[in-house]
Amino acid sequence: MGKEIRVLSPTAILGYGFPIESFKKGLAKNPDLIAVDAGSTDPGPYYLGAGKSFTDRTAVKRDLKLMLKAGVERKIPVIVGTAGGSGANEHLNWCLDIVREIAKEEDLHFKLAYINSEIDKETLRSYYDKDRVLPLEHDEDNYLAELDEAVRVVGQMGVEPIIEALKNDADVIIAGRVYDPTVFAAMGIMKGFDPGLAFHMGKILECAAIASDPGSGSDCMFGTLGENYFILEPLNEKRRCTTVSVAAHTLYEKSNPLKLHGPGGVLDLTGCNFEQLDERRVKVTGSRFIPGEQYTIKLEAARLIGYRTLSIAGTRDPIMISQIDDIIKAVRKTVEENFDDIDPSDYSLIFKIYGKNGVMGDLEPLKGVISHELGIIIDVVAKTQELANTICSFARSTMLHYGYPGRVATAGNLAFPYSPSDLKAGEVYEFCLNYLLIVDDPLELCSIHYEDM
Amino acid sequence: MTKRKITELAAVIRSKNAGPYQLTFDFIFKSDEIYQKVKESNVITPELIARLYNIPIKNVISVINYDPARAIKATIVRPRPSGALGETDVYGAQQHAPLLDIEIPWEE
Repeated sequence: MGKEIRVLSPTAILGYGFPIESFKKGLAKNPDLIAVDAGSTDPGPYYLGAGKSFTDRTAVKRDLKLMLKAGVERKIPVIVGTAGGSGANEHLNWCLDIVREIAKEEDLHFKLAYINSEIDKETLRSYYDKDRVLPLEHDEDNYLAELDEAVRVVGQMGVEPIIEALKNDADVIIAGRVYDPTVFAAMGIMKGFDPGLAFHMGKILECAAIASDPGSGSDCMFGTLGENYFILEPLNEKRRCTTVSVAAHTLYEKSNPLKLHGPGGVLDLTGCNFEQLDERRVKVTGSRFIPGEQYTIKLEAARLIGYRTLSIAGTRDPIMISQIDDIIKAVRKTVEENFDDIDPSDYSLIFKIYGKNGVMGDLEPLKGVISHELGIIIDVVAKTQELANTICSFARSTMLHYGYPGRVATAGNLAFPYSPSDLKAGEVYEFCLNYLLIVDDPLELCSIHYEDM
Repeated sequence: MTKRKITELAAVIRSKNAGPYQLTFDFIFKSDEIYQKVKESNVITPELIARLYNIPIKNVISVINYDPARAIKATIVRPRPSGALGETDVYGAQQHAPLLDIEIPWEE
């Protein structure tokens, strides 16, 4: 073979930005592909549930415009994975809208492919009926119950739908939810390169320059995939890849650095070797892909659990601080008694105490209060926004005026930094459906569409 | 035998989500020599992680040594899925503090 696939990864997440200088250096190295991961589950369940992007439209458009212009003018495919942050249809459409806008404004002409990965509930039920659902880390099977509650469900696609779009000569591919490394790995795998090396290179490139030293998610990285190796190089002179910076990134956000599970199999890095080629480049060999006996697609879903109202306050009174746990108990009891006609399961009232256990909650090993001031967030999630407002407002006023034993500061117990003191935060979602679906064909749960721009 | 603080030996001690259902801790040591000694000390074990976070041992998914990155990695079941009711740290990036007090028996 003797050939190479050269991949430019501009930024860790589309919309996180990158220096033009680094991007130009990447283009000067004649890449075969420009690819970017646009999504993550890290910001929590809200964005998937609400159908909104966690990245800003103006920032995404800035990054996409540079990538599309460079790619279309030079005939280099541009691939975006997990469009709109979560990859459901609304997220995908949001991203496509930006792509079409750029194409019009910049007079760019290309063949666009977009791939849906949202799965409807009827299909999801039929997999259960056919016994093609596998639980992940679950003690019991709640699949159908969680499916009923899920607002939207996406399946993490593998490389196959992207390869299909590339084979159909798509210049720009905007994919719904895909396994993060796929957008970088698909072209190499299509051309017969080792899938272990292609996926491992993709796993590093998906975070762009984070795997360099000093690391950054807002700078470009260049990957070169060869017959039995890949080479990584940051494009900013300030950064270098070291064997440790690259190997350490292999650990990042994963439960096991040696076995990375993805659609269609496992990336086995047990025999992997990292070699320092020169001051700024690292060569990796020995990554292996072991196909699974069954091809599985991981589901991601979110369910609506209520509506939130928050009140943010602080206390600087040492007498109050010494009794904070008792005061919270008393406020909670007053709320329950005052609204004894409301079913307690219709709302949850949570006190977050910063300066005590606000960051670690139940995991906090230091149980005693040590701070001279405490931040207090009254966090209410209820069946309706109105009920959340009611409970939060009442808990706030009760705590503000609560007459705890030994109180000398009778004007009010809480310092509010804001007016209004109660903030309506809207819908609250939770992740659900931690399951795999077994498929016969990696393409069976997605649909690929083409459009000439 | 003297003891060395983990913060003197490690360049990185961090926590992070590994997907919405797991929390993972990374120790990356300053040199291969330090890493080997910490590894051989066998101090960082599932039992230690369970004790530091006051969780049942079954909730410690793994403790893995990773030579290429001179790293030790521990992963636990998240106290709740990321962003669920009662969440205190959606990204899981500030749950590392109990690890900073670990001490390793040390012979020069």
